[in-house]
Amino acid sequence: MPKTANKDIPAQAVWVFIEQEQGVIHSVSWELLGVAATLAVELGASVVAVIIGHDVSRLTPEIFSYGAEAVLVVDDPILEHYRAHPYSTALSTLIRKYDPSIFLLGATTIGRDLASPVATEIGTGLTADCTQLEIEPKSGLLRQTRPAFGGNIMATIICPDHRPQMATVRPRVLAIPAVRPGLTGPIVHETIEFGAEQSPTKILDFIADANADQAHIEQAEVLVCVGRGLGSADNLPLLQELASLLGGQIGGSRPVIEKGWLPASCQVGQTGKTVRPTVYIAAGISGAIQHVVGMKESDTIIAINSDPEAPIFAIADYGVVGDLLEIVPAMVEELKQRQIRPLSAPVIGGRQHDH
Amino acid sequence: MGILSHNEVEIINIIVCIKQVPDTTQVRISQEGTLIREGIPTVVNPHDLHAAEAAISLKEVYGGQVTALTMGPMGARDALREVIALGADDAILISDRAYAGSDTLATSYILAAAIARLGNNLPVDLVICGKQSIDGDTAQVGPGIAHRLGLSQLTYVQKIRELDPERRTIVVERRLEKGVEVVEGRLPALLTVEKNINEVRYAPLPNLIHATKFKPTVFNQDNLDLDQTRIGLKGSPTKVRKIFAPPPAARGEIIAGPELAPSEAARALVDRLTALNLESSHA
Repeated sequence: MPKTANKDIPAQAVWVFIEQEQGVIHSVSWELLGVAATLAVELGASVVAVIIGHDVSRLTPEIFSYGAEAVLVVDDPILEHYRAHPYSTALSTLIRKYDPSIFLLGATTIGRDLASPVATEIGTGLTADCTQLEIEPKSGLLRQTRPAFGGNIMATIICPDHRPQMATVRPRVLAIPAVRPGLTGPIVHETIEFGAEQSPTKILDFIADANADQAHIEQAEVLVCVGRGLGSADNLPLLQELASLLGGQIGGSRPVIEKGWLPASCQVGQTGKTVRPTVYIAAGISGAIQHVVGMKESDTIIAINSDPEAPIFAIADYGVVGDLLEIVPAMVEELKQRQIRPLSAPVIGGRQHDH
Repeated sequence: MGILSHNEVEIINIIVCIKQVPDTTQVRISQEGTLIREGIPTVVNPHDLHAAEAAISLKEVYGGQVTALTMGPMGARDALREVIALGADDAILISDRAYAGSDTLATSYILAAAIARLGNNLPVDLVICGKQSIDGDTAQVGPGIAHRLGLSQLTYVQKIRELDPERRTIVVERRLEKGVEVVEGRLPALLTVEKNINEVRYAPLPNLIHATKFKPTVFNQDNLDLDQTRIGLKGSPTKVRKIFAPPPAARGEIIAGPELAPSEAARALVDRLTALNLESSHA
């Protein structure tokens, strides 16, 4: 197939995979469009968004509003629900046709499932779970920085001789760009031949989590996160009261999840979720590196710990040395006395960083 | 595929891919900016033990054969022996200097070649891997193998509901961000498993004794004869530009020490929170 068969999709562009499920776009896609714009300016390249699915064409205005300069669309009933095989077939076909320089996906369950077969099919490099992307001044290569060894080490990876330079990017580490409604650009529709075996897998059912409709901890403006210092699940209501007084939610470090005090969906850290709330309160959390990588981008970090040497104090804006079982009830009391209005109402859906 | 078709052999052939990893909490960087691995204890990647447990449990239900596979230095035989002790029947170590420094693309190429070779003797029904390794954390090698061998790719598996050797299908539950997907894949399939899929058994003493003496088969470049341009450091598209310690965040104001009464500490904190509220554009 000849490369650059369409003038609207220039070769050597910066591509972003727009992740959607049932027509709802994952907010990491906007974070990727934000960083893609920065990279594209330095390279003198354009930003191309790729969206695949069924009945997804109506989403293009939203995609342009976050900074895409062109949108590639594959709309096919086979792609209604995400499955690795047809999705990777579609993306590999597009990459071969248009020859992008950089291709970014979210390091979500879908993005990580999808990126590897695509990179394998193309025979290019793929860096997982990046937290920082930048263009190397002289070479123009994409410097992809990511935590490794459980967050104890950062590694900067390059992919000098293969294209596209592929990376999955950890959600909620990069900022969402400002929305500019009304922006538009070329929309290019592609049809993919999926072959005889469209997919070796068939989705039989989806059991949504009971709390899936509630706000997720990633969306909380205030997050009260508890650690081993909680002592017992019996003390959870204390923390929950503090969280609700602040209009926030509750999360936990790994030991708390492993003890079964909180569900896995509440886990913050390397093996859990990455969060960047306005206020993060670490109560009884020592601040192991595996936890810190999941919350260090929070705007304001407050730490309560009885051990003055706890590493969490090194990254906290405000630290209180004391037993959380004494400090938290006192805070609840103080907040009630002042009848502080909540910092924010719990939000459902994406949030925007405009600072 | 081998000479025998699956109609003739009533045996499920399972390959478990494992990795020997350093205890990640003890890895440090030297002043020269290189990784200090010497003297760091190694373990079988924790997720991979759950992959092994899943494979051995399937064998106990359906009958069959479990082969553990790893790539690494000769010392990685210890990791294979651990899986033999759990109940794997056989173990293969892929070891060659030519493979050192392979990134995930080169690694999946080498592992896929080894699995294809094993499949020549007995067709492979399932390849089971851990969700990801705790050192690289990429979760890329499993899907890479699946793609190369045309296996059904089933990641984040938290439960195997049903294996139907006659229909050649497997039904699993996949743990996704917002719920659990129940999916059927045709065999052969590749699974990557979550830690909550099972409890890893304790190896019984006779198995441990057997494992100590077990000598894994070694595959190397002489017998795999892989494309030189696709293996090792040179055959890896990604290169490590640098490694460094995470920069410490320069924060850290202790507003209340242990000498303060809880009520006073709480008041100081709430003062700060109130100040944020006034300044916050999110309020």
